Amino acid sequence: MSAIGMLPLEGGAPEVAQVPSPVRGRDRVRDTPYPERPDPSPQPSPERERGPGASEAGEAGYNFAYLDEGTKRMIRRAILKAIAVPGYQVPFASREMPMPYGWGTGGVQVTAAILGRSDVLKVIDQGADDTTNAVSIRRFFARTSGVATTTRTTEATIIQTRHRIPETPLREGQTLVYQVPIPEPLRFLEPRETETRQLHALAEYGAMHVKLYEDISRHGHIATTYAYPVEVAGRYVMDPSPTPKFDNPKMDQSPALQLFGAGRERRIYAVPPYTSVRSLDFEDHPFRIQEFTDPCALCGAEGVYLDEMLLDDAGRRMFVCSDTDHCEGRRADGHVGTGDAV
Amino acid sequence: MSAPLLQVRGLTKRYGARLGCADVSFDIDPGEVLAIVGESGSGKSTLLSLVATELAPDAGTVSYRMRDGVLRDLADLSEAERRALMRTDWGFVRQDAAQGLRMAVSAGGNVGERLMGLGERHYGRIRGTALDWLGRVEIAADRIDDPPTRFSGGMRQRLQIARNLVTSPRLVLMDEPTSGLDVSVQARLLDLIRRLSAELGLAVIIVTHDLAVARLLSHRIMVMRAGRVIETGLTDRVLDDPEHAYTQLLVSSVLAA
Repeated sequence: MSAIGMLPLEGGAPEVAQVPSPVRGRDRVRDTPYPERPDPSPQPSPERERGPGASEAGEAGYNFAYLDEGTKRMIRRAILKAIAVPGYQVPFASREMPMPYGWGTGGVQVTAAILGRSDVLKVIDQGADDTTNAVSIRRFFARTSGVATTTRTTEATIIQTRHRIPETPLREGQTLVYQVPIPEPLRFLEPRETETRQLHALAEYGAMHVKLYEDISRHGHIATTYAYPVEVAGRYVMDPSPTPKFDNPKMDQSPALQLFGAGRERRIYAVPPYTSVRSLDFEDHPFRIQEFTDPCALCGAEGVYLDEMLLDDAGRRMFVCSDTDHCEGRRADGHVGTGDAV
Repeated sequence: MSAPLLQVRGLTKRYGARLGCADVSFDIDPGEVLAIVGESGSGKSTLLSLVATELAPDAGTVSYRMRDGVLRDLADLSEAERRALMRTDWGFVRQDAAQGLRMAVSAGGNVGERLMGLGERHYGRIRGTALDWLGRVEIAADRIDDPPTRFSGGMRQRLQIARNLVTSPRLVLMDEPTSGLDVSVQARLLDLIRRLSAELGLAVIIVTHDLAVARLLSHRIMVMRAGRVIETGLTDRVLDDPEHAYTQLLVSSVLAA
């Protein structure tokens, strides 16, 4: 379970010597254990295995999952407020994280604040579990918290994501943590923060439709394909982070808790389970998701979001599932695509 | 004579020790055009900002007759009510079009914004209304998708007028709408303002330093100097038979073409 309910400090006296030091440099993460650690454990596999930090972190009970308890408490307060006011951007004192802004510092802080020992963590980047960003964040938490990690959507209790919502429907008890670069949906039209706060407070969202109007007047249809603005619980307009609009309908009435963390902009917002999330549109230009003509070339799935893969320098391409776990699961079940390049 | 649309009483604003404007009072009836003239620094623009509630006065009140016929002090309105009023029942045409328009958004989007703010969610109708208004301010229909950055100065001002009038406001404030335009463009713009204000029965407060503009457009005129109103009256009377020495000086310093 996530640690949202466990606001009190996790017990135990601080044992400073046991505190894992910040990971330095992405390259070094790959294969070297902590240089400071006197008796390095063997390199763990990232899949469903305890990281080396597990037992020590358990004994120390301090700085579990990288952040100190004071910081986690501050972030949890922001998260609770965000859940209480769906779609409202709650400011929080974002910390420096051992990764650059834009790599998911907001999502990592939210995950660190809600992570409990029994959680199973999945990290995806563009739907894939095996890309650099996903691998390094997953490994970061495996090492600093020792929680189990997985690539399977159904096994995960916390899924940190950049861009995608898994194709497998989420269930109650799961938490989806989004990494958000620009949390303010009105930023395109209003550069002043003081003014955007006023607009949110007064629910003056007419300007939001100007953006969609511009799309239609230029392209003949609403050409916004990602970060497509939504109205949460009939009140706040929210930027769903750079997820493709294909995933917007999955946010609506989702049984899972959805948390959004923007590290650079220092904002946390949330969509509680079973909350209405409506994509903005015009009566005569209703909201539509992307449609793909062909199924996934590997697993033959239809109605899923596809990535375009370049195969060679002659321009041959293949469209495959963006959600690698979904694709692998289907292939394990015997589904086969055409394997055709286009 | 009907009840006044706007009632200004004892409006005073100081910038530290300096005076912005002092003890200004006037009424405007529905459909009436009032010109505020005076030299630079005479407090015209301060007065307009006070009326538009963009500045808070040190003393005095601005009251407006709402659509339900009740005269209300604007200072008593909630922020939401005030903004809704500014967005629907009032217009503000700025001297610098870049302040009154969204320069990165197409002409159609600029005109349509107020409609969308009022909850219009039908693209076809918004576009139809925008086309209609562009036509009324003499902007060619094929420019509807161009941003104002590609418009000339005169077109920008006309677009600003369309953007403001699309919600059929009853009161429009104009701050030097014709300055910086050459005379032929000015003449067209003035024609347009005069025609629209007569057609729509708009009440207009127009701030200008150009007496010719005041004569052409306004019913009444208010002459300001050093933050105070020194003369007020019907436009013809003030311009043809100025009483105050400063007004006489102002009128006599206009160059005849």
